Amino acid sequence: MTVLEASSPRAISVRFSNRSSRIGMLVVAVALLFCATAPLWADRSSLRLYGEIYTYVALASLWNLLAGYAGLVSVGQQAFVGLGGYVLFLLALNSGLNPLIGIPIAGLVSGLIAIPIIFVLLRLRGAYFTIGSWVVAEIFPQVFQQIPAVGGASGISLPAAVVKSIAASRDTREWLIYWLALAMAVLTIGAIVALLRTRWGLALAAIRDNELAARSNGMDVNRTRVVVFVAAAVATGMVGSLIFLQKLTVTPVAAFSINDWTVNIIFITVIGGIGRVEGPVIGTAVFFLLRQFLADFGSIYIIVLGVVAIAIMLKAPRGLWGFLADRYGWQVFPLTRRVVFRN
Amino acid sequence: MAPILSLRGVSRSFGAVVVARDLDLDLAEGEALGMLGPNGAGKSTLFGLITGTLSLNSGTISFGGQDITHIPAAQRSRLGMARSFQVPQPFSGMTVFENCVAAGAFARNQAERAVYERAAYVLDQCGLTAKANVKAGTLTLLDRKRLELARALTTRPRLLLLDEVAGGLSEPECAILIELIKDIRTTGVSLIWIEHVIHALVAVVDRVVVLAGGVFIADDTPQRAIQHPKVVEVYMGIPASEAAETAAAGSEGRHVPA
Repeated sequence: MTVLEASSPRAISVRFSNRSSRIGMLVVAVALLFCATAPLWADRSSLRLYGEIYTYVALASLWNLLAGYAGLVSVGQQAFVGLGGYVLFLLALNSGLNPLIGIPIAGLVSGLIAIPIIFVLLRLRGAYFTIGSWVVAEIFPQVFQQIPAVGGASGISLPAAVVKSIAASRDTREWLIYWLALAMAVLTIGAIVALLRTRWGLALAAIRDNELAARSNGMDVNRTRVVVFVAAAVATGMVGSLIFLQKLTVTPVAAFSINDWTVNIIFITVIGGIGRVEGPVIGTAVFFLLRQFLADFGSIYIIVLGVVAIAIMLKAPRGLWGFLADRYGWQVFPLTRRVVFRN
Repeated sequence: MAPILSLRGVSRSFGAVVVARDLDLDLAEGEALGMLGPNGAGKSTLFGLITGTLSLNSGTISFGGQDITHIPAAQRSRLGMARSFQVPQPFSGMTVFENCVAAGAFARNQAERAVYERAAYVLDQCGLTAKANVKAGTLTLLDRKRLELARALTTRPRLLLLDEVAGGLSEPECAILIELIKDIRTTGVSLIWIEHVIHALVAVVDRVVVLAGGVFIADDTPQRAIQHPKVVEVYMGIPASEAAETAAAGSEGRHVPA
């Protein structure tokens, strides 16, 4: 240790980006250009698949924010996916508004419902929180099954007139929904990156790493968790509404499916690399590659997913991106503050 | 002047084990207090009670004249308390620099640029500039201890609670640490330092309390506290009566072994 006189502060500069993140952002920009122009070069079924991929990227990124940063391992996010879908359908059917207007409203309603839920769930810790989130989420399909106005157990579909009100031609409609899904993924990740660069991002990373030390250094762990949970619910509700706008029909079983909206999302996040923004993107790519290649093999698909998960947990416990990042120091998004001492 | 920290009747037990029994303690503004006691005496627990990561069974704690007994840990930190943990608790996925920035940004609500400069200054003080951009999880134990101190200092605390920061240091490193803490004291910060490296403690603090069995068995100047018969009994197993005779016989330079 060297003891310096108080009168000799050293000149510093602090930067987020480095060589790795500059290359990373370039790759992201090229990929985005490629994705944005997909309607010009991809066929209809590919567009649908890509749209689905983007919604999974968004959902996984949001779950990663909850579980990987805020320490909230929720297995109940399907509640907000389904709620978003139902809100959009109800609005479209009863208000005559363009269904697209329903997307932000679906987010708003999800966020409002999330507030009492998180205050109840925060009384639970760790595994108990996880179980509690599941129990709360199970209430949703039960309730929606009982409501005749939303079709009970058989659900509701969007009538052709409502669908046409999005855009007159089928192509325009599908392109619009495709771009919305892309925008949703980009905005979700963009917002998470922006959040992580603020001091609240430092608090989230600190809570992820060491809750005791976070509390001892002025960070209000519970308040941070409330804000993150509600914000994630808003975004999850919006993504959910878009998912069911793509599907044009919603049932309680599909809307609140723990398999589709939570189990798959956990698989994606964990094999991609939890606690890193890049993880869910990598994980989604792996998940859909496996799904496309194994689609014809029936239940073998599930077995292979399990084997892949076990293999990655054994060989790369921090996920694929965690492995690469630790080994090569890679970082796509400029998130780390680097200090340079000038003298 | 009113004490910066004041404990009245503070008690805490875990089941049948009493770690704090009706403790009273006053720390004057700018004072440096050393805390000794055998392993398991409840020293680190007392830090937990003061900083709010543990709750009291009974008693009150006030800080800067304000009753903080029921104030959560995060808020106490923002009032100007900083603690270094005996077992280092780094934010392991963040860089060393970010560890300090996070603490500085929240604990005392400083502006971003000011936090950066403060963190850089403190890292320099603690000999961590070469490791500033390294993930804290990859640090050696010694560097983790330095980071504990650096993170606490970044918050510009009014009260600094140090928990065994000298353990494991070599003699020259220890000498540098002593200079560093003396240097920190000149800024007017109040200090409580738990340490088994007695000579380091004696070189810095004004007063020493010895905690054993949940009570303070000595509260005196450093030299007198470590020769107190009860302290010798606790550490050496010599009954207090005999120890008092030995002390009365005038054996000089007796030190309690660490």
